[in-house]
Amino acid sequence: MPNNKLGKQTIAFRTRPEVLGTGSVVGVKEGQGPLGKSFDIVLEEDMFGEKTWEGAESKMLSESMRIAMKKAGKTADQVDAILSGDLLNQLMSSTYSVKEFSVPFLGMYGACSTMTEAIILGSVLVDGSYSDTVIAAASSHYSTAERQFRMPLEHGNQRPPSAQWTSTASGSLVIGRSKNPHFCCTYATIGKIVDTGMTDANQMGAAMAPAALDTVYRHLLDTGREWNYYDRILTGDLGHIGKQILIDMAKNLGIDLSPAYDDCGVLIYEKDQDVHSGGSGCGCSASVFAGPVWKSMMEGSISKVLLVSTGALLSTTSAQQGGSIPGIAHAVSVEAVY
Amino acid sequence: MAKKNSSARNESEKKRQKKAYEKYVKNFTPRPKYFSNSIKAFIVGGSICLAASYIQDGLINRGLEKSEAGSVVTVILICTAQLLTGFGWFDSIAKFAGAGVIVPITGFANSMVAPAMEFKKEGPVLGSGAKLFTLAGPVLVCGITASVIIGIIALFK
Repeated sequence: MPNNKLGKQTIAFRTRPEVLGTGSVVGVKEGQGPLGKSFDIVLEEDMFGEKTWEGAESKMLSESMRIAMKKAGKTADQVDAILSGDLLNQLMSSTYSVKEFSVPFLGMYGACSTMTEAIILGSVLVDGSYSDTVIAAASSHYSTAERQFRMPLEHGNQRPPSAQWTSTASGSLVIGRSKNPHFCCTYATIGKIVDTGMTDANQMGAAMAPAALDTVYRHLLDTGREWNYYDRILTGDLGHIGKQILIDMAKNLGIDLSPAYDDCGVLIYEKDQDVHSGGSGCGCSASVFAGPVWKSMMEGSISKVLLVSTGALLSTTSAQQGGSIPGIAHAVSVEAVY
Repeated sequence: MAKKNSSARNESEKKRQKKAYEKYVKNFTPRPKYFSNSIKAFIVGGSICLAASYIQDGLINRGLEKSEAGSVVTVILICTAQLLTGFGWFDSIAKFAGAGVIVPITGFANSMVAPAMEFKKEGPVLGSGAKLFTLAGPVLVCGITASVIIGIIALFK
């Protein structure tokens, strides 16, 4: 029996589960950003015709799944499992978004690293022939996250320059098999929790950067790949500050990430969009991968991507008790297979 | 004993690492614009006080007692801030003016109306009612406690 474990933390997907289709839905602000044209749907207003912000987030998520299924040429009947997560308590957005599909559901929580967590486990299901087709998805919404983690929307305050903006975004991937595989999940590195001891909830990028570095470094060691193997290495939501920290820390290890490396939280907004250190939220890396990155892959301009969604595992309780913010990052490589 | 010592050493090593990392992070973190923020807060906060004082004088000229005029001005400030919050403008003003509108009673009014609006969907009792004091409550508790302590000190002075 072949061993699918590679090195210490990496999984090799021997049968290469394929990404069959993607869907991305983003809010107004994200649509005005530099990647705005590459998403499948840009909302005209962030309520998306619903009565509550949470309802809007659920609708965004189910809409992105629907688009992904359509592009993959699948119906909900043909999907064996949905693996999805978000930032809300009890994964409210995900549970409400999948109930209409009547498909087996696994809720994921990895804070903003949820998207790669879902892709990894979804690929494991397909690779191990436990499922034929699965959906991996994640979402976040600025207004739902603010009211749960921070302040009411209309509360007047000034955010520090290190604060990040929760993206109103959702992204879905249909993972399965086809006769002529195109872009497949080849390796995944499951990250471990790295706790820097940081307690400032306005310094999420700095809290997550060491975890991202740990996972990327482990991925390269386990797979024996060079840092320049990938066309794109994308972290989830380190933002401007976390990105600079990651580049600097990698440099100290002798890795020059800069040409291929970028961060979804940096890419999704313009600097003048008043988002301070950049975007965050599970939907950030989910939508950037499912939208613009996937588009570039389909157009052929890039073919090897390492997606490293990063999560700040902060709870409102731990924050009030003065606890630190544990960071985590999971990596998955999606590449062209010829 | 040796175990205890090593765990204490571990703890202090962790603290040292945490401090070192925080220091390292500071190199990459832009500092808030303290000077321009202070100027904006001074101008806006000062203008609010000036306007309030002007209204108070006007009311006194119309025959109101000084203490009564003060109360009326406070009500006007609170109502204005509440109205601006309701229209969704207060957060933009506060983003610009910072402490200039947050420190006066306008900030207090905003901190009551904002959660009331936000949690309307959860119902009038368990939503708005329960969350009404989430921001203002701690301020009230601390303020009242401080005033009681100072009151007691003043009593025995």
